[in-house]
Amino acid sequence: MFMTKSSLRAVLGAVTLALLQPLPAEAAGGDHISIAKQPWSFAGFSGQYDKEQLQRGFRVYRDVCKACHGMKRIAFRNLVQPGGPEFDEEAVKALAASWDNKITDGPNEKGKMFERPAKLSDPILGPHKNEAEARDTFNGALPPDLSIIVKARTVEPTAPWYTHIFLMARDILTGYQEAGADYLYALLMGYKDPPAGVTLGDGMSYNAAFPGHQIAMVQPIQTEGSVDYSKDDSGKAMANYAGPKMSMEQNARDVTAFLAWAADPSLNDRKRIGWQAMLYLLVTTFLLYLAKKRIWARVKH
Amino acid sequence: MSNHVSTYNPQSRFAKWFDERLPIMRLVHDSFVDFPTPRNLNYLWTFGGILSFCLVAQILTGVMLAMHYQPSAEGAFNSIEHIRRDVNFGWMIRNFHAVGASMFFVAVYIHIFRGLYYGSYKAPREILWILGVLIFLAMMATAFMGYALPWGQMSFWGVTVITNLFSSLDGIIPGFGTAIVEWLWGGYSVSGTTLNRFFSLHYLLPFVITGLVILHVWALHVAGQNNPTGIELQHKSDSVPMAPYAVMKDAVGMFAFLIVFAWFVFFLPDYLGHADNYIEANPLVTPPHIVPEWYFLPFYAILRAIPSKLGGVIAMFGSILVLFFVSWLDTSRVRSTKYRPIYRWFFWLFLFSCLALGYLGAKPAEGVYVFWARVFTAYYFAHFLIVMPIVGLIETPSKMPRSITESVLGPGGGGAGTPAGAAAAPEKR
Repeated sequence: MFMTKSSLRAVLGAVTLALLQPLPAEAAGGDHISIAKQPWSFAGFSGQYDKEQLQRGFRVYRDVCKACHGMKRIAFRNLVQPGGPEFDEEAVKALAASWDNKITDGPNEKGKMFERPAKLSDPILGPHKNEAEARDTFNGALPPDLSIIVKARTVEPTAPWYTHIFLMARDILTGYQEAGADYLYALLMGYKDPPAGVTLGDGMSYNAAFPGHQIAMVQPIQTEGSVDYSKDDSGKAMANYAGPKMSMEQNARDVTAFLAWAADPSLNDRKRIGWQAMLYLLVTTFLLYLAKKRIWARVKH
Repeated sequence: MSNHVSTYNPQSRFAKWFDERLPIMRLVHDSFVDFPTPRNLNYLWTFGGILSFCLVAQILTGVMLAMHYQPSAEGAFNSIEHIRRDVNFGWMIRNFHAVGASMFFVAVYIHIFRGLYYGSYKAPREILWILGVLIFLAMMATAFMGYALPWGQMSFWGVTVITNLFSSLDGIIPGFGTAIVEWLWGGYSVSGTTLNRFFSLHYLLPFVITGLVILHVWALHVAGQNNPTGIELQHKSDSVPMAPYAVMKDAVGMFAFLIVFAWFVFFLPDYLGHADNYIEANPLVTPPHIVPEWYFLPFYAILRAIPSKLGGVIAMFGSILVLFFVSWLDTSRVRSTKYRPIYRWFFWLFLFSCLALGYLGAKPAEGVYVFWARVFTAYYFAHFLIVMPIVGLIETPSKMPRSITESVLGPGGGGAGTPAGAAAAPEKR
C-alpha cells in the first residue's frame, strides 16, 4: 500500500469520529417508537393460523371495527374457506343476509339502483358508501379499509448501522414477516394519556405506537376489553364456556390475527407447500452434490 | 471456443439428414456438451446458468401473471389482490415473480463482482463484458417498470421520482427536460397512461434481454471462459468437457440457489418489498420515505449524494456508464485479482463501498448519511478512474502458475500428457 501508517491512522481517526456522530433521525425526533414482537401462532416458518382465534377476531371486527371500517376485499364466502376462520356455511349465509351494510345493486328493470342483503359472494362492507361520505362523518379523517391493513403496515427498523446486518440475517433466518401484526397490536394497545407538554389537535387521541402520536381514531377496544367471548350474540352467558376471558390484550390480539389472515389468506397453504418445496430442494441438492463429487473424482481440480 | 473442432457425430439417419439441413443439434452439442471448460472453475461460475434460469422463470411466471393483470390505474391494484386471493395458486406465481426479480439481481451482482475479481472483462472478452453491462441496464429498466405495475404507493411515487429525474435536463436546454418527462408520462402527471405503457415495455424488454443473452453466450463461446487463474486454456489437460463436468456443477449451484429462492418465496415473500406498496396509489398522499427496491439503493445513494439535481443524475448514470470502459481502464497485465497483491485490497474496498451505498440509499438524505454517501460515491468513481489505471501500472503481480493444469496439480504437473479429466468423454458416463 502506498499509504503510510500515520496517514492511515489519521484517516481511521476521522472515520471513527464521523461514526460516533449521532444519526440525524435520532437527533431530530429524539423519539424511538419501539414495537415489541408478539408471539403469533402464524409467526415464523412453521406458523399457522389458529382457527378459534380467527373466529374470535372476526367477532371483535364485527362488534367494534365494523362501526367505521369495511373489508371490501374479503367476501363472506372467504369466512367459510379452509385456512381461515372456517365458520359454518349456513351460519355465514345468515350472517351475510343480516349484515346491516347492504349491497347496492342494479340498475333494475326500472333503471333504478336498489339495495339488497349480502350473499356469500358479496364483499364485507363498512358503513360508508364512499370515501366522501366517510370523511364527512369523521371530520375529514378516513377510516381505511382493513382487508390488507396488516400487510400495509410495518415496523421501521431503528437499530444502529452496525447491528443492521445481524438483525437482517436474524429476520431472514427466522422467517420474520409479522411486523405489520406487531404494529397493529401495538397501535390498538397504544392509547395513553398524552405526556405533559403535548397538546392534541381537535378530536385527536394520543397513541404511543402511531407515527407522530396523534391519531384521529378514538380508542377502539376499551381498557377492560370490548368483546366478551363467553356471551353469545344476544348477550346471554354461554353454558360451559372454556375459552379466553375478555380483556383488552385478548381482544386486540384476536382481531389482529383475524386481520392478518384477511391480508394473507393463503399463509397456511404457503407455509405447508413451502416445507415440501424445501425438503425436495435440500434432498435434490444433496444428491446432485454426491453425483457431482463422483463425476469430478476422475479429475483433480 | 472458436478454434474448437466439432465432435458432433450424428448416429441415426434422421439425425444425419437433419444435420445437413439445419445443424442446430451440432451447435448445441459443440456449445453445451463438448465445449471445453476450464477444469478449475469454482462455484462462482455457476451464476451464468443460474441467471439463465432466472430469466426463463421470470418470463414464464410473468406471462401467467399477465393473463390476470389489468394495466389500468383503476384496475391494477385490485387485479394484484385478485391474483393473490382468487386465482388458483396465484399467490405462488406472484411471489415467484416478485421474489424472482430480487433473486435475479442477487445473482447478477454476484456474477458482476466475480467478473471484476477475476478480470473477466479483459481482452479478449471486452465485447462479452459490454454485452453484460447492456443486459444489466435492460434488467434495471425492466425491474423498474415491473415495480410500477402493482400500482401501490411506492410504485406510484417511485415512478414519479425517477421519471422526474429527466426534468433536470432543463438545466442544459430549458424546456427539454420537461418535454422528455411529459413524453415519458404520456400526460402532465404520472397516470394510468404511464402505467399502461410501462406494462407494454415491461412485457417487451425481457425478450430484448433474451436476445442480448444469446449474444452474450455467443461471445463467451468465442472467447472461452475465464477461470480463477485468469490464464487462457493452453493444453488439452487444462479443460474438461462441459457435459457432464460443468453441467453437473451448475446443477448443484442452481439447486443450492433455489433453496434460498424458495425460502423467500414461501416464508418471506414480502421481506424484500415495501409495506407501502400494499396501499393503493394515491397522487394526493406522499409516503414519508420514498425508497426504491433494494437492488437500486446504491445508485439511489449516488444520485442523492450530489448536491445538484442534474449532477446527481449524471453521477447515477455515470456510475453504470463507467462499467462499459472497465476493459480499458484496468491496465494490469494479469487478469485474476488472486495474483494482484495491491489491487486485492481495493477490490474489497470497492465491494464494501457498494454495500455501504446500498445501506445509505435506504436512509433519509440528511446529516451524516449524506456525508458518507459522498465518501463512498467518491470512492466508487475513484476505483474505476484512478485505482484501476494506476494500480495496474505500478503493481508487481505475485508468482503465477504457468498453466491451469499446473495451478491444479502443482509445478511439474502441467504441460504434457492428458490427465484423466480430458479423456473422460461424456458418452463414457
